Amino acid sequence: MEYSAGTYDVIVIGAGHAGCEAALAAARMGCRTLLLTLSIDYVALMPCNPAVGGPAKGHLVREVDALGGEMGRNTDRAAIQMRMLNTAKGPAVRALRAQTDKVVYQTSMRRVLELQPLLDLKQAMVERLVINGGHIEGVVTRTGARFTAPNVIVTTGTYLKSRIIVGDVNYEGAPHGQFPSVGLAESIRELGFTMGRFKTGTPPRVDARTVDFDRMTAQPGDEVHWNFSFVSPVQAREQVPCWLTYTTPVTHAIIQENLHRSPLYSGVIQGTGPRYCPSIEDKVVRFADRDRHQVFVEPEGRETNEMYVQGMSTSLPEDVQLAILRSIPGLEKVEIVRSGYAIEYDYVVPTQLRPTLETRALPGLFLAGQINGTSGYEEAAAQGLVAGVNAACRSRGLDQFLVSRAEGYIGVLIDDLVTKGTPEPYRMFTSRAEYRLLLRMDNADRRLTERAYRLGLVDDKRYRHFENKREMITGERERLEKTLVPVHEDVQRILTEHGSAQLQRPVHLAELLRRPEIRYDHLLLLPGEHPSLPEEVRSEVESEVKYEGYIKKQTAQVSRLSKLEARRLPEDIVYREVRGLSNEAAQKLEAIRPLSVGQASRISGVSPADITVLLIYLEQRNRKQEDHAGAELEGNPPAGSRAAGS
Amino acid sequence: MLGDTIAALATPLGEGGVGIVRLSGPAALEVAAGLFKAKHAQDLRAGRNYHLVYGHIVDPETGDTVDEVLLAVMRAPHSYTREDVVEVHAHGGIVPLRRILELCIAGGARLAEAGEFTKRAFLNGRLDLAQAEAVLDVIRSKTGDGLRLAVDQLGGRLSRKIASFREDLVQMLAEIEASIDFPEEEIPESTMLEINGRLRRLAEASGELLAGAEAGRIYREGLATVIVGKPNVGKSSLLNALLRENRAIVTEIPGTTRDVIEEIVNIRGIPIRLLDTAGLRETEDIIEQIGVERSRQAVALADLVILVLDADTGIEDEDRRVVELVAGKQVLAVVNKTDLAPEDLDKAQVKEFTGAEAVVRTAVTDNQGLEALESAIADLVLGGRVSRGDTLLITNERHKAALIKARKHLLEASDTLRQELPLEMTAIDIRSALEAFGEITGSTVTEDILDRIFADFCIGK
Ligand SMILES: Nc1nc2c(ncn2[C@@H]2O[C@H](COP(=O)(O)OP(=O)(O)OP(=O)(O)O)[C@@H](O)[C@H]2O)c(=O)[nH]1
Ligand SMILES: [Mg+2]
Repeated sequence: MEYSAGTYDVIVIGAGHAGCEAALAAARMGCRTLLLTLSIDYVALMPCNPAVGGPAKGHLVREVDALGGEMGRNTDRAAIQMRMLNTAKGPAVRALRAQTDKVVYQTSMRRVLELQPLLDLKQAMVERLVINGGHIEGVVTRTGARFTAPNVIVTTGTYLKSRIIVGDVNYEGAPHGQFPSVGLAESIRELGFTMGRFKTGTPPRVDARTVDFDRMTAQPGDEVHWNFSFVSPVQAREQVPCWLTYTTPVTHAIIQENLHRSPLYSGVIQGTGPRYCPSIEDKVVRFADRDRHQVFVEPEGRETNEMYVQGMSTSLPEDVQLAILRSIPGLEKVEIVRSGYAIEYDYVVPTQLRPTLETRALPGLFLAGQINGTSGYEEAAAQGLVAGVNAACRSRGLDQFLVSRAEGYIGVLIDDLVTKGTPEPYRMFTSRAEYRLLLRMDNADRRLTERAYRLGLVDDKRYRHFENKREMITGERERLEKTLVPVHEDVQRILTEHGSAQLQRPVHLAELLRRPEIRYDHLLLLPGEHPSLPEEVRSEVESEVKYEGYIKKQTAQVSRLSKLEARRLPEDIVYREVRGLSNEAAQKLEAIRPLSVGQASRISGVSPADITVLLIYLEQRNRKQEDHAGAELEGNPPAGSRAAGS
Repeated sequence: MLGDTIAALATPLGEGGVGIVRLSGPAALEVAAGLFKAKHAQDLRAGRNYHLVYGHIVDPETGDTVDEVLLAVMRAPHSYTREDVVEVHAHGGIVPLRRILELCIAGGARLAEAGEFTKRAFLNGRLDLAQAEAVLDVIRSKTGDGLRLAVDQLGGRLSRKIASFREDLVQMLAEIEASIDFPEEEIPESTMLEINGRLRRLAEASGELLAGAEAGRIYREGLATVIVGKPNVGKSSLLNALLRENRAIVTEIPGTTRDVIEEIVNIRGIPIRLLDTAGLRETEDIIEQIGVERSRQAVALADLVILVLDADTGIEDEDRRVVELVAGKQVLAVVNKTDLAPEDLDKAQVKEFTGAEAVVRTAVTDNQGLEALESAIADLVLGGRVSRGDTLLITNERHKAALIKARKHLLEASDTLRQELPLEMTAIDIRSALEAFGEITGSTVTEDILDRIFADFCIGK
């Protein structure tokens, strides 16, 4: 009853945020690509909050965009509100966040998929993976279609053996009334992967007609027009506000009284939940001294009355959900449209992956997104892109595509996952990036677009746009460093007006800009000729000049460590046989099989002494291979320098 | 790791207190140039290879001259490590030498790991495989030691203190990071003024710890030298003479000293921990008995024993018991009170009787023979015949280097606040300070901060 349904270079299972990016990247790199999804109507579904971006997550979106991914552009199309967060803080943590129309997000992503050459989008439930001789060969659907491909990317999110829990009720199910993927989960488990179980939750959605907005504070979008994408199709946008209200002591009392009905406290839920996204019952119990918690009421779209109640994630029974909502100002008469729930699901422990997101156990099989223990649309999209590109590289015989920790949050994300694993659903934070100042939203294109262009992920038009911007930045920086501001009464007046000290001697524009109170735009007020540059160029020039000292510090740190990152560890090392490694280190290294010495150094349990042992081992190996050639010294050191400080 | 610049004392100390601080790595010249004032103005970095330059090491912060030195510059690849190498040859003894090393570290070098110069030499293709094996052995043995030390120091006062500093920093950083990563949550934020105050206090506390570590280190690291002898031979007089002050009570009554007296004295630049003990004899006096018992213990822990004999009394039974007690120790014999009996107890006779490495004749009350005694002590130490395990010393240097770094980052963090730079810049410096402290206590910065954020702040959508 199985039949041969087609042959591809890359098959992607699941059309969520990871799957869409994976399929698009592979197709854009010239691979015949098949994207299979449980329901064509649920492509790029946002099952949780109707928002994209924020600190670190917004950075990921920018990076995905800089690499030619779709999330940035699609968010721009679907956005109904944009805000730049952290504007009072520095350039590296300023972060864009969009409220989106979920339906527009889905339909416009679906359109992009449909228009993508070499990409087929099909609805099917994958029943199992086809494996032959230790390699992946394709997939078989529940209806018997056998699709063949040497590369398969699994991006099935929370659908592996998922279970929905609402109060005392629980059943096998997936978000939005869909089916869990049971056969595929078995198929993956049979391959011998170590699996874990996580849980996450989502709040109830309510009917806008039953909300009294007069009792809440409006949270409008910014007046400035923002976009995620460096080449956004959107030039103007009408914005919709969100609304802020608070829980009350009554809310907390109701929760306390009903705790025994919460599956979190009764022990029905066993998966580990994220600490950054606690349920309201958790918040009330753990922070009992707080007399209120914020509640944001956010529209799910322009064309719907459904609203998302951020801050009220819960798995309490429906009747309790309603009671606690109605204890909140503005929600006294609220009606629930969909109730909140907790979901438990299987994930694959991600230390079993290579940094390309290919599984070590089964060449050609890639995993991306929530299946790897992450949470968040942005984290999923970033992994999808990396898996898609690497599957395409594999298919086309190109070198693997890796982003380092110093190049992007994408690098931080993947390195953390494959090197350390994750004890809770992994979410990106800016504090995870040790080179945060280098990984700004504004320079994501300069970090990554060149590479994307060489891989064929961005087209000529976009590349020219990028080159042009890069040249403007370089030119303007040079101008600022070279142009002298004379001691002139107009200059002194402008400086005084902006609370800055008067000049004692002529100074360069750059020097002025390094004064904390002086912004780039102030420079334009000074007498003399000034170029008129786009905002993105101005802000980047400002960041780089103002914080040059710190940027240099971090760049120096990066280059110090780059040697270790570049030192590759051969695939065939048997760590148990490397003399001098501690037992723990040997075991960890054997299990994780890092690509580079740098990656090895981040594995917990691998000490600096172990790293030295590895370096020496590598050198010995090289020499043995070189057959002792060239081991002679060049030039004799003077006497006295023989005794090393050992 | 490879790629940075390392520094270490190139032991052992040579003749006349000359010692070498060696720097290796890309910034070696730069670090040295930052501390060095050449006699004839010249830029190190432009100078010739394999050339000795005469000048002074000057503390860049205070402008104080630390020592008179000769500098040797060996450029990559023509050096032992095949990296840029600078050697500072100083002759002021161990104290200024340590100071030079500290200045190198404050100037951006990192304290070298055990065997690291050799390791670099190997990795840069300078040594053969057999030598590499030797490096591996060093690393292996040091790891074992390191583990034991880590355990020892966990209970220590220093690490408890550092742990509390870290705790404070983690809390500060968690606050900053939470406000960055969760801009819409209600997170109580300290004012810049508060944060700055806390940073300054920590910097100050680290400074105090450093000053304490300085005294403490010499205290712990000074060579333990115990003066023993029967009562009334002039032990306390000897201590006072070497100290050049009247520290111990001296009387003509045998049994004056009842407890161990301990002092640090600098002999030819070598810190020496000098212990004067109760004269050793059979006694009925309970207090004196206790004192004698303590003398025995002091001898057991001594690196060097100064055995004092009395020329006037000659060798007696009590002296025999003293000699038995110090058996197996490095012994320097002193024949005192030679003014009273200039002909008695010649060196050969004493050497034979005590088995001492060297014999010095003194008349302490006349200041006779003290020079010769100091020389004898210095020779024994510098000649390598007397030494102590250097593990503790290395660890302490490491602690100190870490503290110096941490303090520097704390001050920089405070500086960013003063300049009203954005908090994320402050965060960079605080993180670096945390990492520096972490070199003492071990740490996982990111995880610690996230743990703290979720423990302290109610965060969640
Ligand atoms: N003539 C002479 N007298 C000395 C000399 N050195 C010490 N004395 C005297 O000997 C006496 C004992 O000296 P201390 O230094 O107290 O002797 P000690 O060995 O510490 O004695 P106890 O610890 O009390 O056993 C004092 O009166 C000293 O002044 C010396 O070189 N020549
Ligand atoms: Mg005495």
